[in-house]
Amino acid sequence: MATRLKFENSCEVGVFSKLTNAYCLVAIGGSENFYSAFEAELSDVIPVIRTSIGGTRIVGRLCIGNKNGLLLPHTTTDQELQHLKNSLPDQVRVQRIEEKLSALGNCIACNDHVALTHTDLDKETEEVVADVLGVEVFRQTVAGNILVGSYCAFSNKGGLVHPHTSVEDLDELSTLLQVPLVAGTVNRGSEVIAAGMTVNDWTAFCGADTTATELSVIENVFKLREAKPSAIVDEMRKSLFDS
Amino acid sequence: MMAQDAGMFTVHQTIGSVLCCKCGIRMQPNAANMCVKCLRSEVDITEGLLKRLVLVHCPECESYLQPPRTWVKLQLESKELLTFCLKKLQKNMNINKVKLVNAEFIWTEPHSKRVKVKVSVQKEVYNGAILEQSYLIEYVQQDHMCESCSRVAANPDQWVAAVQLRQHVSHRRTFFYLEQLILRHGAAARAVRIKQMDHGIDFYFSNRSHGNKFVEFIGKVAPVKSRSDKQLVSHDSKSNNYNYKYTFSVEISPICHEDLICLPPKAAAILGNIGPIVICTKVTNSIALLDPLTLKFGFLDAEQYWRTSFKSLLTSRQLVEYIVLDIEAVSSEITVGGMKYVLADAQVARVSDFGKNDTQFSIRTHLGHLLKPGDLALGYDLYGANSNDMELDRYKGYIPEVVLIKKSYEEKRQKRRGKPRSWKLKSLNMEVDDKIKVNEDKNDAEYENFLKDLEENPELRFNISLYQNKDYQPSEVASVTEDDGQPIPSVPDDELLAADLLAAEFDDLDLIEDGDGEDDMAE
Repeated sequence: MATRLKFENSCEVGVFSKLTNAYCLVAIGGSENFYSAFEAELSDVIPVIRTSIGGTRIVGRLCIGNKNGLLLPHTTTDQELQHLKNSLPDQVRVQRIEEKLSALGNCIACNDHVALTHTDLDKETEEVVADVLGVEVFRQTVAGNILVGSYCAFSNKGGLVHPHTSVEDLDELSTLLQVPLVAGTVNRGSEVIAAGMTVNDWTAFCGADTTATELSVIENVFKLREAKPSAIVDEMRKSLFDS
Repeated sequence: MMAQDAGMFTVHQTIGSVLCCKCGIRMQPNAANMCVKCLRSEVDITEGLLKRLVLVHCPECESYLQPPRTWVKLQLESKELLTFCLKKLQKNMNINKVKLVNAEFIWTEPHSKRVKVKVSVQKEVYNGAILEQSYLIEYVQQDHMCESCSRVAANPDQWVAAVQLRQHVSHRRTFFYLEQLILRHGAAARAVRIKQMDHGIDFYFSNRSHGNKFVEFIGKVAPVKSRSDKQLVSHDSKSNNYNYKYTFSVEISPICHEDLICLPPKAAAILGNIGPIVICTKVTNSIALLDPLTLKFGFLDAEQYWRTSFKSLLTSRQLVEYIVLDIEAVSSEITVGGMKYVLADAQVARVSDFGKNDTQFSIRTHLGHLLKPGDLALGYDLYGANSNDMELDRYKGYIPEVVLIKKSYEEKRQKRRGKPRSWKLKSLNMEVDDKIKVNEDKNDAEYENFLKDLEENPELRFNISLYQNKDYQPSEVASVTEDDGQPIPSVPDDELLAADLLAAEFDDLDLIEDGDGEDDMAE
């Protein structure tokens, strides 16, 4: 189910939070309402962690992660790094990387299997991404923008991209990511998808300005109607038991 | 494009479709990602624009006020009015950053005092999308008399410049001719009042420049000398505004067409010593003089004339009828000053003498091309005249006894007496001063003479507009001409304008029939 909320009167919830299938990072500050919204949805299933990165609140745009790992920019302080390592479940590998493009959330978009990266990303970073997150990495652009992490958001079930993406590009990306993609907007016509919303396999959080039409599009493409958290978490637990 | 030029393979990009974020219909993505209708419902770009304005209008002269003080004459639903209305919106639009795309009038009842304009504007909204919207502006027309109309209404006789036109001769022929010229060129269109005075006409204007323009016009069509004066009417010492009344005194030279003149030696010297007895053949802004004995020609322009101002010896009032007994051409046809003349020796006798006594005169005349034995001609009788002219007394040389001027059509005219002409003239709206004694009969006779002159002289007609006389019956006159087979001088129909034509457009056609053509008068 998709939820609409605001962070301190801003509708860009994807900037202040990072949602994956195994954990959720939320920025400090703001009212308790923001935190409560996430807790209400997620606390039974996955840990919701309040943190800052490099002293800033824009946690969603600075880090990138999936159920396998979390990558942090070089600006992250040691305390934050320690805090995160403590709070996250053990199977999630936390790593700080040295990368010139430090806003990793803007440069990389990933789900549990595939990642799209900024075309100018370092080779080493690409290798670290492939290793820590356990994904296949593709350098791509979305509708001519190189900040793929900002202009598209995808989960294991589906993805939403910049509205000006052409049909051919959409097909190409869909083939790469192996998920259905749709071009759409969020927050009343805003094109910066990933900044306006954050999503995982069973739930999504969007800015309060998102219209009903946009919300229905999101729910359809990410298949949020049928999704139940328990099924997915059970799958994860099963794998844990196995190992 | 550049990639394609470089030979690279590029995939053809098809624009996908997204759902409008508000209403959910499929549309092509745009900068706002909303369909046009939703965008329109969201944003009103006409907010903050003026929708109701005031136009100040003067009902007397149909003009609109352009602040601070100019009044422009504009027609309803005209392009100029549209430009005028839109100018008022310009500043307001620039502040709101909208661009004007289209404007048109919506019809309103003329009495409603409303002018409606539908305007289309464009504005940029939502980071890049340009939205176009049209809306209605209503202009309320407020009535307010403009300054010139209120001045006229307050004191209709108020004038600022007066032009006093005078000619000191005993007839009004010049003024009849000038009246027609003025009508044709519309020189007196700005005159507030026109008044007929003794020996002249007064014109009153509300502006000094109008008066000046009129004086210059007269200066171009007649030999004049003028002077101007001004009189202080009021004076505002605070703002140093002085109001004056200006008067122009214009005097026309007394030399008229067909006058006989004895030139003073100074004037004769300027003109190359032509004989002292000359005829004035044409008066425009210069005087054309012809020596009938030698066919020599001279021009005096206004300045030269007034330096050696001389009066005419005999005027056309004093023309006497002569009958030509015998005529013999002495020279071939000579073209002088645009007119053809033939020098001839002729034997003439006064009609009053003819048959009664044997008084005959052998004279030299310039009308050899016109006259045949038995013709009647009009001329000046220097033999019998008792002239009181100093120049004539001083001159010791040969003075002709008779100077013929033109051929006479009197007899033929008598048959036509009382029948209306096929053409008529317009006249100026002149006031006649009651205090001055006006001789009605004299006026009528002079006017009749003027009309006859017009018929005889095509060049006199050149600058005048003649209008068709609706009351004219052609059949009557036709029968007259058929009887004796001689055409009398008349104006051919091509020269006439329809009576309802206000703008005179004179066709410079070749005249089919000329009054001076062939004629054999059988006595």
